[in-house]
Amino acid sequence: MHGYANPARFLKIARWFTMPLLVGGLIVTAAALIWGWMSSPPDRLMGDSVKILFVHLPAAWLGMGGWTAIAIASLVELVWRHPLAAISARAVAVPGAVFAFLCLASGSIWGRPTWGTWWVWDGRLTSMLVLLFLYLGYIALTNALAREGSSSRIAAIFGLVGAINVPIINRSVVWWNSLHQPPSITMGNSAIDPVYLYPLLACVLGFSLLFGGVVFARMRAILADAQAEARLRRKAQKAELAQATPGDA
Amino acid sequence: MRETLDMMDFVYAAYAICLIGTLALTVWSFATMRAAEKRREESRRK
Repeated sequence: MHGYANPARFLKIARWFTMPLLVGGLIVTAAALIWGWMSSPPDRLMGDSVKILFVHLPAAWLGMGGWTAIAIASLVELVWRHPLAAISARAVAVPGAVFAFLCLASGSIWGRPTWGTWWVWDGRLTSMLVLLFLYLGYIALTNALAREGSSSRIAAIFGLVGAINVPIINRSVVWWNSLHQPPSITMGNSAIDPVYLYPLLACVLGFSLLFGGVVFARMRAILADAQAEARLRRKAQKAELAQATPGDA
Repeated sequence: MRETLDMMDFVYAAYAICLIGTLALTVWSFATMRAAEKRREESRRK
C-alpha cells in the first residue's frame, strides 16, 4: 500500500485514470438514464414517478459510499499514516456532500406525489440530512486545517466518528416506522423487477465512475496546490537568505 | 378539493436537479484541477 504513497507515482496513475473515468462515467450515465427512461413502464403504485429511482438511488448510494470512503481513508491515515489518505478523504467530501444533497432533493420531489408531502422527520430522511450536515462540517474543518497548516488527524477522527451515521441510515427503515419503503436491494437479493433493476444498476455504475473521476480530479488539484505552495515558499526562503547574506553571493 | 398532480412534472424536476448538480460538480472539479496544475507549472517557471 505504501508503494502508492509517493505523490509523484500516484499522480502518474491519476493522470491516466481521470479522463477515462469522467468521460466513461458521462457516457454510461447518459446511456443508462436513457435506457431506464425508455424501458421502464409506470409502476402500479407510483406511476411515472418511479423514473426518479434512476437518479435518486445512485445519489443515495454515493452519498453514503462517500462517507464510508472518508472513514476508511481516516482509519488508514490514523493507523498507517499513509500520506495520500488525508488528501483522498478531503477529495471525497465535496462530491459526497453534493450527492447527499441530490439524494435529499430528489427524494423530497419524489415524496410529494407519492406520499403527499415534501418532507417528514422520520428516521431515513433525518439521518440522511444529518449526513449532509456531517459533510458540511467535515469540509469546513478540513479547509480550516489546511489553511492553518495543522495536522489532519482531527479531521480523521471526525471522519471515523461520523461513520456511525452510515449504518443508521441503512437500517433506519427497519428500526423505525417510516413512509420510506424498506430496503429493496439486499445482499444477493432484490425486490425490484428486472425491468427497473438492470437500468438502475447501470445508472449506479455510471454515476460511480463519474464520482471516481471527480475524486481523482480533486486529489490532483489538492496535490498541485500543495506542490505549487511548497515551491513558492522554498523560492521565497532562498531569496530571503540571499538578501540577508549579500557578500556570499 | 382534491388536487391532481402530473407525475411527469416531478420527474422532470428531479432529473433537472440531479443532472445539473452532477454536471456542475464534474465541470467545476475538472476546471479546479486544470487551474491548480497550471499554477504548479507557473511556480516551476518563476
